[in-house]
Amino acid sequence: MKSRLKLALGLTSAIAASTAVSNAAQAEDLTLCWAAWDPANALVELSKDFTKETGIGMKFEFVPWTNYADRFLNELNSHGKLCDLIIGDSQWIGGAAENGHYVKLNDFFDKEKISMDDFVPATVVGYSEWPKNTPNYWALPAMGDVVGWTYRKDWFSKPELQKEFKEKYGWDLGPPTTFDQLKQIAEFFQKRQIDGKTVYGASIYTERGSEGITMGAMDVLYSYGFQYENPKKPYEMEGFVNSEKSVKGLEFYKALYDCCTPPGASNSYMGEGVDAFKSGQVAMHMNFAFTWPGLQKDENVGGDKIGYFVNPKGPDGDQFAQLGGQGISVVSYSDKQEAALKYIKWFANKDVQSKWWSLGGYSCLNAVVKDPKFPASQPYAQTFLDSMAIVKDFWAEPSYAPLLQASQKRFHDYVVAGQGSAKDALDGLVKDWTQVFQDDGKM
Amino acid sequence: MLNRTAENVARATPEPLARKVRGISDKGLAWLFISPTILLLLAINIFPLFWAIYLSFTNFRANRPNEVVKNLGFANYQRILDDQDIWIAMQTTAHFVFWTILLQTLIGFTLAWLIDRKFRGHAFWTTLILVPMMLSPAVVGNFWRFLYEPQIGLFSYVISFVSGIPPTSIQMLSNVSLAPWSIIIVDTWMWTPYVMLICLAGLRSIPEYIYEAAEVDRASNWRQFWSITLPMALPFIMLAVLFRGIENFKMFDMVNLLTGGGPGSTTEVASITLKRQAFESWRTGYSSAFAIILFVAVFGLANIYVKALNKVKQR
Repeated sequence: MKSRLKLALGLTSAIAASTAVSNAAQAEDLTLCWAAWDPANALVELSKDFTKETGIGMKFEFVPWTNYADRFLNELNSHGKLCDLIIGDSQWIGGAAENGHYVKLNDFFDKEKISMDDFVPATVVGYSEWPKNTPNYWALPAMGDVVGWTYRKDWFSKPELQKEFKEKYGWDLGPPTTFDQLKQIAEFFQKRQIDGKTVYGASIYTERGSEGITMGAMDVLYSYGFQYENPKKPYEMEGFVNSEKSVKGLEFYKALYDCCTPPGASNSYMGEGVDAFKSGQVAMHMNFAFTWPGLQKDENVGGDKIGYFVNPKGPDGDQFAQLGGQGISVVSYSDKQEAALKYIKWFANKDVQSKWWSLGGYSCLNAVVKDPKFPASQPYAQTFLDSMAIVKDFWAEPSYAPLLQASQKRFHDYVVAGQGSAKDALDGLVKDWTQVFQDDGKM
Repeated sequence: MLNRTAENVARATPEPLARKVRGISDKGLAWLFISPTILLLLAINIFPLFWAIYLSFTNFRANRPNEVVKNLGFANYQRILDDQDIWIAMQTTAHFVFWTILLQTLIGFTLAWLIDRKFRGHAFWTTLILVPMMLSPAVVGNFWRFLYEPQIGLFSYVISFVSGIPPTSIQMLSNVSLAPWSIIIVDTWMWTPYVMLICLAGLRSIPEYIYEAAEVDRASNWRQFWSITLPMALPFIMLAVLFRGIENFKMFDMVNLLTGGGPGSTTEVASITLKRQAFESWRTGYSSAFAIILFVAVFGLANIYVKALNKVKQR
């Protein structure tokens, strides 16, 4: 009886102790919020090392891209405590900084000797700084990303197609370096029969609901000479947003949509683009670099069949690419800011960043991307580096959402629905953006 | 047992409280019972309505809680009524409501009339017709998006088979002229059974002896339909039109799933515009004003309609 009592007491204390330990561990668990996509899975894998090192458990809240902004901006606006760490989109930085959603990291960086000079400059400006180009840091560059292109190397290297292409256009079929060349290639492949299947020229961004068509059209507009504002007078947009060069750029994007995309591709973004490329529908595919590791591994279109190229040049030789990617921030409403900062410190470490790249994440640390071995580390590594060198980003103002909605509407109305002219669309955009900045009291 | 428990509770109740409870009238007791429901209604229906009315006069933005909220008077309302895009969205909504109601009423009533014939297997056909209505709009939206797919969609192949047009040319969701009709077709497919059910209830409520009397008077089938069936089923048809009208005025799910308001803004109905302003652009004050305008429009039209319905019923 006595031994039974002892056993019962022992068991009870063991259960109580283990509950206490697990409660303590849970109290220290950090929740990281991000989009549900391939790099997030890589981050889960990577973060296991953090738990091993520190004993701090990691929980993850991943939301599909279509709801990502709605879900997490709601969370931040309502001062929710769900996320201790958040990998927020680059355009959120202005609003998140001004509304106090993110913890300012300057003092922490100074204390831990984390220097922003150690990161790719474009990613620091894009993901960390607000106001832009000032040393006020709200995030650590976490996931570099940029719009680039993939193409079907196996189709491009078919001798009969190369011959036909050369005869028709007078230059060798290969990755295009200008947008005119890109359109010629797209026209060449449009509705062509390859291996018994009808294929199409290119998959480009046309999505209406969130940010798709803006991210795509801007890729062309930047290289055609589009500017958001007068460099000498902030928020003056007349003659910059709707310049003659911008009009030509938007006309080109529409022409590309009309001539060379698969039927029904009127609402296409990252997922649809990947599907079109993977299913062998298109010769070229515009998408963010995060999709490349997955495509490279694909049995049907990956390996030797896929090639990568940087967003081509515009008519005047200008070459830019739309920045994607995100920085990692500590949410100011979190009760576990200290542990969250530990994660940031750990994440900034060179070895962790190297592993991050090897798992499929895109490191922004100079020590990783400037390593002599980096360009050969993956077939797409050099294209990623070249693309990151020419990035431009959309407005990161606190009012980025209405600014984005306006461009989504204007671009989609013109490019996909064919309403009005490119000039009308860009004039309308200047009007909409002016209204937004006037409402904000910035004009 | 129950009485004993009640007695125990009564005995345990402190005297001052017991005196108070004994003094409550029946009316007071009734109020006491319904007050939780009323409070709940006030909290989740009435308060948000008044709060939205208040916000509609301000520049409040839900994503900028720290900003000073300014009173703008009627500026939001004025801006909405001056906004060309809002009027285009309202026209798109009206177009959508008109055609869906027309088609659903015509097909729904015809189906109800046929089902009412009580032919062999009519119960099976009734159940089959009701299936679309039982599905979730999310399922229906995604399902039809695949059907409309120009390269693999069954819908495109059927139309291609019938018309000889290549399936890849039938771009229901991408074509500016076809996209609004693609939504009308899906909504009609899904909600015609609902109209049919209401019309069927109306047809079944017509007493048999009226038809028998008409037979005695040698009234033709056509005459019976115009003089008995249609007038007596009319209040039910009008009710179905009212329900569908209100539902379709605020239609969101199907449009969002099928076209997202595109191509361009060709299928951007008022609810999509409202959602974009409220939860994407975060213009909370502005979108509250738009919501109030929509509410007043629907409420006003529904009231006029209900009065007409009552007149028809009284005839």
